[in-house]
Amino acid sequence: METTIDIVLLTFLCITAIAIIYIRKLFCGIMLLGIFSLLSACLFVTMDAVDVAFTEAAVGTGISTILLLGAMGQTNAHEKRPPYQPLIALLVVLVTGSVLVYGTMDLPVFGTPDAPIHLHVAPRYIQQSPIEVGPPNMVTSVLASYRGFDTLGETAVIFTAGIALVALLGSSQKKRPPCASPPQPATLHDHLILRIVGKMFIPLILLFALYVQFHGDYGPGGGFQAGVIFASGIILYSLIFGLNTAMRVVSPKALRLLGSLGVLLFGGVGLLCIALGGNFLDYNTLAARPVDGQHLGIFLIELGVGTTVFAIMVMMFYAFSLRGRNTS
Amino acid sequence: MNWVGHYNYWGAIFLMMSGFYVVISRGNLIKKLIGLNIFSTSVFLLYITMGKIKGATAPILTEASQLTASPQIYSNPLPHVLILTAIVVGVATTAVGLALTVRINERYGTIEEDEIRAKDDSL
Repeated sequence: METTIDIVLLTFLCITAIAIIYIRKLFCGIMLLGIFSLLSACLFVTMDAVDVAFTEAAVGTGISTILLLGAMGQTNAHEKRPPYQPLIALLVVLVTGSVLVYGTMDLPVFGTPDAPIHLHVAPRYIQQSPIEVGPPNMVTSVLASYRGFDTLGETAVIFTAGIALVALLGSSQKKRPPCASPPQPATLHDHLILRIVGKMFIPLILLFALYVQFHGDYGPGGGFQAGVIFASGIILYSLIFGLNTAMRVVSPKALRLLGSLGVLLFGGVGLLCIALGGNFLDYNTLAARPVDGQHLGIFLIELGVGTTVFAIMVMMFYAFSLRGRNTS
Repeated sequence: MNWVGHYNYWGAIFLMMSGFYVVISRGNLIKKLIGLNIFSTSVFLLYITMGKIKGATAPILTEASQLTASPQIYSNPLPHVLILTAIVVGVATTAVGLALTVRINERYGTIEEDEIRAKDDSL
């Protein structure tokens, strides 16, 4: 049964990918990419990666689509036919693909329990993490505790991307401050049903984001997913009630502050661990019992991750929308 | 018939190659970014495929699994962690790419690669 679902989803993914290659309208391409993400999220669920599926569904289908549409709205909605026949490209792709397929011959068969990947660190994570770290969700223990240093790096990458985006798109904002431009009606303001349903849904979305944030230890979820879901609630708000209203609720200045606060909280917890006599991000020192310390540490750094991801995602959306308004 | 069990890898490779094809054959910068997104999603698929064990469940400890006599098998949590963060980093880099595209469009008035190159050459 699982194999059948797997093959059907893979087939759908391949069909979507081929459709994306052929389609010339960028809008359709972006929508197909959203479908592609949702299908791959389903496939991740069948392969037991529930946390990954959660993230892919929230990021790939939500934020990524919104950002691509925002960029498309400011450029050209139609792709021109390339003047040359991309036969060389096809050849390169075919050769690379066949080399990769040849390479898979040496890989262990899909789903075998004694593949090399399952023999080294994974048994330690699976057997010891509920005792050493505590949370039943092993993905959270590995993410926040065993590989906390990695996660700090990735949070910093997201923060850097946010800074880069503000540097690239925020420059012309100075010439015409947003308050000087006449308030424009929101994109979805005319759609009564969307407006009312959206108004009902936004609090639920925000509440769900908080649940995902604080329930990440026990089920799928955590800071990354919660940040993205919270951001999508705010983005929906600004689509329905206008950018100016959303900016009064969550101002860009507050977002910049929150984004850096999250990274600082993460790094601060690490430094606090050193100050208390442990290694960097070694939460055992945070409380009298090591497991309590781990719990507190994971809670704090997940909060930091969630805050940063939320702030940066909304900041990106604001940057694209403001740019579109100033240039049009 | 040992190689039949590799179908999931092949699916991921097919998707990877279609993303790669979009990136190198299309001139439109947003289309290239869409291709890049397909490419990265298929890499995620490859990693998750490697972490899967037949008959295992998601790596979350439940009370039910502690009560049963036979030990519960869990899929490998390590690829999940790597890919989870990679997805969020991926959207952040996509956003930077889109910002660059918007700036290029403001400067050149087009996001087609050959037109940008023609304008560069005519300077």
